[in-house]
Amino acid sequence: MLITLLRNPKVRGFIFQFLTVIGLVAFLWYIGINTVANIEQRGIQTGFGFLNGTAGFGIDQSPISYSEEDTHGRVFLVGLLNTLIIAFVGIVFSTIVGVIIGILRLSKNWLIAKLARGYIDFFRNIPLLLQILFWYNVVLRAMPSPKQSYNFYDMFFINNRGLYFPLPAYNITFYTILGSLVVALLATIVLNAWANKRKETKGEDFIVIPWAIGMFIIFPFIAYFLGGSHLDFSYPELRGFNFKGGKTLSPEFLALAFALTIYTATFIAEAVRSGIEAVSHGQKEAAASMGMSNYQSLKLVILPQAIRISIPPIINQYLNLIKNSSLATAVGYPEIVTVFAGTSLNQVGQAIEIISMTMLVYLVISLVVSAVLNWFNHKMKIKER
Amino acid sequence: MIYSKLAKISLATIAVLGLGATSLNADTLSEVQKQGFVKCGVDGGLPGFSEVGSDGVYKGIDVDLCRAVAAATLGDAKKVKYVALNAKERLTALQSGEIDMLSRNTTWTETRDTSLGLKFAGVNYYDGQGFMVTKKLGVKSAKELDGASICLQTGTTTELNVADYFRTNKMKYKLVSYDTNDQVLKGYESGRCDVLTSDQSQLYGLRIKLEKPNDSIVLPEVISKEPLGPVVRQGDDKWFNIVRWTYNAMLTAEETGVTSANVDAMLKTTNPDIKRLLGVEGQMGENLGLKKDFAYTIIKQVGNYGESFERTVGMGSPLKIARGYNALWNAGGLQYAPPFR
Amino acid sequence: MAIFQKVETRTAPSSTKGFSYWIKYNLFSTPLNAALTLLGIAILFWIIPPFIKWAYINADFQGSTREDCNSGGACWVFIRMKIDMFMYGFYPSVERWRVNTIYGLFFILMGSFKFLKSPWIKVILMHVYFIAGFILVRGDMFGLEYVPTDKWGGLMLTILVAAVGIVSAFPIGVILALGRQSNLPIIKSVSVTYIEFIRGVPLITILFMSSIILPLFFPEGVTFDKLLRALIGIAMFEAAYIAENIRGGLQSIPKGQYEAADAIGFSYWQKMFLIILPQALKVAIPNLVGVSIALFQDTTLVLIIGLFDLLAMVRLSAADSYWLGYETEGYVFVTFIFWIFCYSMSNFSQKLEKRFNTNLR
Repeated sequence: MLITLLRNPKVRGFIFQFLTVIGLVAFLWYIGINTVANIEQRGIQTGFGFLNGTAGFGIDQSPISYSEEDTHGRVFLVGLLNTLIIAFVGIVFSTIVGVIIGILRLSKNWLIAKLARGYIDFFRNIPLLLQILFWYNVVLRAMPSPKQSYNFYDMFFINNRGLYFPLPAYNITFYTILGSLVVALLATIVLNAWANKRKETKGEDFIVIPWAIGMFIIFPFIAYFLGGSHLDFSYPELRGFNFKGGKTLSPEFLALAFALTIYTATFIAEAVRSGIEAVSHGQKEAAASMGMSNYQSLKLVILPQAIRISIPPIINQYLNLIKNSSLATAVGYPEIVTVFAGTSLNQVGQAIEIISMTMLVYLVISLVVSAVLNWFNHKMKIKER
Repeated sequence: MIYSKLAKISLATIAVLGLGATSLNADTLSEVQKQGFVKCGVDGGLPGFSEVGSDGVYKGIDVDLCRAVAAATLGDAKKVKYVALNAKERLTALQSGEIDMLSRNTTWTETRDTSLGLKFAGVNYYDGQGFMVTKKLGVKSAKELDGASICLQTGTTTELNVADYFRTNKMKYKLVSYDTNDQVLKGYESGRCDVLTSDQSQLYGLRIKLEKPNDSIVLPEVISKEPLGPVVRQGDDKWFNIVRWTYNAMLTAEETGVTSANVDAMLKTTNPDIKRLLGVEGQMGENLGLKKDFAYTIIKQVGNYGESFERTVGMGSPLKIARGYNALWNAGGLQYAPPFR
Repeated sequence: MAIFQKVETRTAPSSTKGFSYWIKYNLFSTPLNAALTLLGIAILFWIIPPFIKWAYINADFQGSTREDCNSGGACWVFIRMKIDMFMYGFYPSVERWRVNTIYGLFFILMGSFKFLKSPWIKVILMHVYFIAGFILVRGDMFGLEYVPTDKWGGLMLTILVAAVGIVSAFPIGVILALGRQSNLPIIKSVSVTYIEFIRGVPLITILFMSSIILPLFFPEGVTFDKLLRALIGIAMFEAAYIAENIRGGLQSIPKGQYEAADAIGFSYWQKMFLIILPQALKVAIPNLVGVSIALFQDTTLVLIIGLFDLLAMVRLSAADSYWLGYETEGYVFVTFIFWIFCYSMSNFSQKLEKRFNTNLR
């Protein structure tokens, strides 16, 4: 009786799960009581009260206002925003570089194809941390000091303290121009939809690109006058020790962004390449036999299919890039791991709370990004009829 | 099958790795005596305080304290296992029991003493934070540093002091922070920042590591109090006492004129202070749970505080730092040991 | 009405063979292509000759002091003088034969695999090798002197962390993959949670956790070696990635295989270990090699928690006040080593992929 019961897969499954739960609970319990005992015994503080405590240290780059008198909670926010900034920049640039390299990799031009392949083979086989350190310690350190900066038209400066460029003042003219760009973008999208529809219904071509370019030039031009034609720039200027005014990108940021872009682009390029290669040869031949030009066949036949195949691996690379941005701590770019899990942790000493919060941040970012991109992926899927 | 075997063998591998699970309880002394060495956390890259010589041997004033504790507890100053730690890891390493004591130019602050489960056993170096700049800049005072980029080591009291100093003087600065002193120095040398800030003693130590030490100067301002000292875990008073009185023994030895050279002769002295110190009289060693002659062993093998100071950071070293605050109380300094009585 | 019109006779197509045709067709077929080609040549000229000049023509190879580097190019003397540090870390020099023996044994092992047919013997040999290697490096047994882990460093530590990471993460990964595919709800959700959690956070936070928080999880007095803590973190991390790759393999196995195993009355474990996993692993192997490459690259992260792997060792040596200013040489050297390792592994995985693909189709 008992034995037959034991042989029943359902019963066995139940017992097995039951044991797992017991084991897991026991393990967590064990860890829990030890941790509590250890914390008590060593007199370490607990709780999240530290988030309201004054941080007392400075942070060099912050997208929001921050001073030494602000709290550790604010430090957390600054770190989080810096993480998002570096992730965004990395994703945009690695996508651009990756797609270009991926297409060049399949170029009929022998030299270009080989160069693209060389790029991929070289950079994907070198640890990212090593690349970050290399750009930071070897390349950017070799730049001249502020007084001997490379100077481009007195507007752009490069030296070993970073890259400086002018920043427009946020006045009405600036915002109207910004608005006009949005309008131009929307107009382009509408125009494109209209052109597609016309192509489908009447079979007539309408080339959108020159119109779009025109709009992007003319609209801001009009907006400039509408907005009072008063555009102020704050130019970087060498005053005292450093450049003042304008906007600075620190070497830490540049090294990190550069390395993340170059490294991730190799993987995106491979994804793009295998996406294109996965489109069967018959499709290309069919497009050619319908008299499509190379450009048409790429735009209307190959890419729509290739993109769908490439999206999942590219999503993965985006997630990797976000996680890899945590290597910033090696060069001291003030993102969340550097300032919060680094400096704040040192001042406060509450490792459990701080590390868990940091992990949670990445977890949430990863989940949100993958949810959004999966939705996009789902939407892009070929709808079978 | 093959996989379960694989799993078993892998587990076995980890067990053999045997890296692990050394046991250590609240009684650090008996643990140290059982394992046969003192696990001492040091910097490892700071000239004068703790650095690895070209022969692979650790030396420095912080290292001497580790050696003194080993001499007191094990009778042999060489029985130390050094663990090189950066500023970030040092306190957690002590909390977690990875090391028995921390002797890594650590500033004694209220927060560290009260909320981290740690205890400072003394001050083996009175320091203060200063600034180093290149001569080219033509800066003579820290008050002229408005707008400068400042390199410093993160995870130290340094970054808090800088923030306070610039705030009180209504100056702006740009912060460039790194994990280790080596990186800080490299940042300074390559011109990533104008100023390097750290404890003054470290500035002198780091300066001699520069390619052209004479192109840099240390500014006269001292912007903070930095009492540096050995740290132990809270909750083990016996061990705390040992570290504290090991250090006091070195101070007392200097005060009474006992050196590593004359300590044998001093055993026959009539001076009651020295007699008690060296264990000829009294129960000093036993009270600590150590041998009667623990202080004799320390002085014999490591030397008194003055000897240690001169050898590592003072005139006998490349740093050539004057005693200053670190002179004995009767010579105008702050170093003062409670009596051995 | 089509009217016949004479078409002009076409000229014979130009030669489709020969060097000039190849150049024309592959490099200058269109104006855009020609421009790209010229750009490519320009890039090559911009990078390669200066590099060769720096790294070889103007470089210094001979000598043993800083003063021997006076030709203006790379100072490989620095690497030569520090090579022992890069390879062995602080491992005592008289004991280095032990590490060398392990390197040597590795090639003997790989060679013997050519002749051995049985996978069982191979796996057992692998493990014997690992354990023997470990005892040899650590010492404290069979009269070998004990070398504590804080003396381990350089390339030796890099390889050790990567190898131990993979080997110990593998069984956990297999179990997690099976758990995720299981129809027992609790087992499945535990596995999914673990895998997704680990894959959602960066390795560095896990390393921080294992190095800072892990000691708090155990009773007062139990402490772990720094290296062991890093290894635990890496194994935990890697297991999730291995699990996902094995799951990919598991999903590719046709349902019929499961049903056939059930039909002949196999138990769950028999079914999995004898029928499903051997096939799934075969499919997953190229990807698993990919994971190994990633892990090998990730080992560099241990420098952030204060272990001295190859990269950390090079940084340390470059900070030596005697050899200041030769950081570039150091970085180029590490790049070279890592590149060789990773590139040959990725070539290996591509070969495997080709081999296994033919089997499946």
